[in-house]
Amino acid sequence: MSDEKKKSISLPITGTEPSASSDGPKTRADGGDALSEIEKVVNDHEIVIYMKGIPQQPMCGFSARAAAILASYGKPFQAVDVLQDPAIRQGIKEFSNWPTIPQVYIDGEFVGGSDILMEMHENNELAPLIDEAFAG
Amino acid sequence: MIEPHIIVQKIEDALPGADVDVEDLTGTKDHYKARIVAEQFDGKNRVARHRLIYDALSEEMKGPIHALTLEVFTPEEWERRSS
Repeated sequence: MSDEKKKSISLPITGTEPSASSDGPKTRADGGDALSEIEKVVNDHEIVIYMKGIPQQPMCGFSARAAAILASYGKPFQAVDVLQDPAIRQGIKEFSNWPTIPQVYIDGEFVGGSDILMEMHENNELAPLIDEAFAG
Repeated sequence: MIEPHIIVQKIEDALPGADVDVEDLTGTKDHYKARIVAEQFDGKNRVARHRLIYDALSEEMKGPIHALTLEVFTPEEWERRSS
């Protein structure tokens, strides 16, 4: 696989034997499982939000708020609609050991849900994190 | 649906001595806001603090509680905020 991993997080992935051609996380289309796909998406994008609905049409107030905060920084972010994908909806909770959605990842790291995102936004803690993700 | 006093009890059991205030945001007993002041939060970041609460309510978060907004403070932080 030609995709370069930017950063790896050590997460045990069960049920996926790395093939000879790739030892990184894989999408389900490439033979990975939901957790492996999540790891790949989180690693491949500076900012990722797992949410209910899409930023243009959020299906939950908390997801709407988190997506709006991210959008306010003017940087591209990857939004994954968990309502379209039951395996990801369940998998994301296991991936981060976090029971709620939305979930925001910056630079491969879990940042938190909408409450934490809002607090960091208000305390001016989010801008440096985002800047650093795009600088790297 | 879940009664607010059960949420308070579960959090207090997990964090003895914590000051817990739970508010029913919608009047439907499934969307709650909880403000928790606990010395157990000292030295822990936000994610770790929220995880303590989610762990205390792990069963409830799977169904009866649809949404839970959390505000988490150490006693020191809470005092600074209120003053």
